[in-house]
Amino acid sequence: MSPLRFVYSFLLVLVTLARGASVRADPQPIALPDLGQAITEGDLAGYFAIPPSGAGLPPGGGTPAQGELAYANHCAACHGDKMQGMPALGAPALTGGRGSLATGKPIKTVESYWPYPTTLFDYIKRAMPFDAPGSLTNDEVYAVTAYILASGRVIESSELIDASTLPKVAMPNRDGFIPDPRQH
Amino acid sequence: MTVIEMAKRNSTGGPDECPCREGMFPRIPQGRRALLLGGGSTVAAGLANAVTAAPTSAPPGAVWYETPPDPTKVQGRPVGSDGGYGTRSQFESAVRRVYSPANLYTSGSLTPLADMIGNTTPSGLHYERHHNGVPTIDPTRHTLVVHGEVRTPKRFTMTDIRRLPSVTRRHFLECSGNTYPEWLAPTGKTVQSTHGLLSTSEWTGVQFSVLAREVGLKFEGGWVLAEGADSAVMTRSIPVEKLMRDAILAYGQNGEAIRPEQGYPLRLLLPGFEGNTNIKWLRRLEVSDKPFMTREETSKYSDLMPDGKAWQFVFEMDAKSVITFPSGEMRLPGAGYYEITGLAWSGRGRVSKVEVSTDGGANWTAASFDNSPEPICTVRFRLPWMWNGQKAVLLSRCADETGYVQPSREQLLAARGANAYYHYNGIQSWYVAPDGRITNVAA
Repeated sequence: MSPLRFVYSFLLVLVTLARGASVRADPQPIALPDLGQAITEGDLAGYFAIPPSGAGLPPGGGTPAQGELAYANHCAACHGDKMQGMPALGAPALTGGRGSLATGKPIKTVESYWPYPTTLFDYIKRAMPFDAPGSLTNDEVYAVTAYILASGRVIESSELIDASTLPKVAMPNRDGFIPDPRQH
Repeated sequence: MTVIEMAKRNSTGGPDECPCREGMFPRIPQGRRALLLGGGSTVAAGLANAVTAAPTSAPPGAVWYETPPDPTKVQGRPVGSDGGYGTRSQFESAVRRVYSPANLYTSGSLTPLADMIGNTTPSGLHYERHHNGVPTIDPTRHTLVVHGEVRTPKRFTMTDIRRLPSVTRRHFLECSGNTYPEWLAPTGKTVQSTHGLLSTSEWTGVQFSVLAREVGLKFEGGWVLAEGADSAVMTRSIPVEKLMRDAILAYGQNGEAIRPEQGYPLRLLLPGFEGNTNIKWLRRLEVSDKPFMTREETSKYSDLMPDGKAWQFVFEMDAKSVITFPSGEMRLPGAGYYEITGLAWSGRGRVSKVEVSTDGGANWTAASFDNSPEPICTVRFRLPWMWNGQKAVLLSRCADETGYVQPSREQLLAARGANAYYHYNGIQSWYVAPDGRITNVAA
């Protein structure tokens, strides 16, 4: 080996060593942290969200007549005995306002504005009464839903509201919504 | 403090109650106002000359200490006397305010924008909007359930979530109802009341896309129901596409755990989307092929158009800006040099440009930025201004990197009518009277 080649070889060894020293062994790629505990349907019993299809609606049912008493006991204090709402409490009107949406004074209520009947059940069961959310039985929620829909003349006053009838209720403003059309 | 006391404390009664009514910055402690107003001198001179009636209690978030005549002649407080968690100066008194609350459990408090320094909102001054109060949640008992159209439904503890890879990003949050009183005419007296449902934080958490791999998300279309653990059990349906793009499950805010009012211990952070979709106290994500049509995305947070149809799923907050100094109810002490400053933001990307007019919109000048514009984040802008002591109308308008330009009130009314309520982002104008008083006017 010529002296020059020796020097080259020596440098090559140095470079290799240097690279080996500066680049540590690559860590094994981690496919997935795999954290969290797998759950089953039974673990989800306490949760619900009712889409327009009615999927997940519980057993039970109620009529407007049955809902009248529950409404008086649990709802009227804020929403008013005629569902007129009490602005001073922040409680909206639940009925009235049909035909007002395109005017200078739109009144948004269940009958005038809400597009899906399932939303009413979901929201009452979820968040009402305001000071005792989630305290009504499923039958009471169905009955109050029926009473509000009947008071708004959306259903007949004798109709039973349950898991099969609720999703079929035709809301007056069902076609009143369009997806955001803003130019992005 | 009871809720009623809180309401009294926070509500603005008559105009005299607003401490921002007189003077420029800084916020003048009680007892100093008259002196500062009287001389017509500079602020610094006013403060130096002020002899205050000693206050005996500190503002919220501060601790009151005796103020020595000369701080160089007495020992200061020993280290650790704050118990290990510091508070702001007792001379800083800016607070969130509640305006005309019908119900304090489903109301909001607004950030004092005129008092903000730089670009980040202190966590204790971040605006609030709740749908049934602030829950108290033990993080050792809080879990996040992810299920629906996933291969492995899972429950995550907060420990699990904090072990996952995290990101830290600065973003604004804005309530879609911010500035709604201004739709028809100038209404709010201060910038806090007109634009205070806006705050900016550094958020830390796990990207939704990381979580999606943990549970085996079945598709990249569709919707996810996000549900909170508050007593409104707040729900919104969010497009999977948005969640996969940049959503964060955030547990950190400005370097510490998220504040209870902001969703402790875990919230959804959807950069640029209207505030209410950023579900706080997040406890559940359910993947579905369709939106759930919850109360908050049908009867609320939908924008009514003049023809009676409502826009639904109006998510992005459009580009918007506002001058915070000088602004409503301030009073400039006299002609001379001022720095006009304010904030600009866009839910669709970086702010690219802010222009300021001091003559009601006849002429516009590009403002400079204090901080480098970050995506979907506020930027503080400023423009030097030599006020000649005559009537002036101050406006700001911004553009974002998509090319969108902030519209005028007239343009918004022409496009959406007077019933939309949400998503008002019109140009704000402040009138400067010859006596230096600032009021909210139509340009």
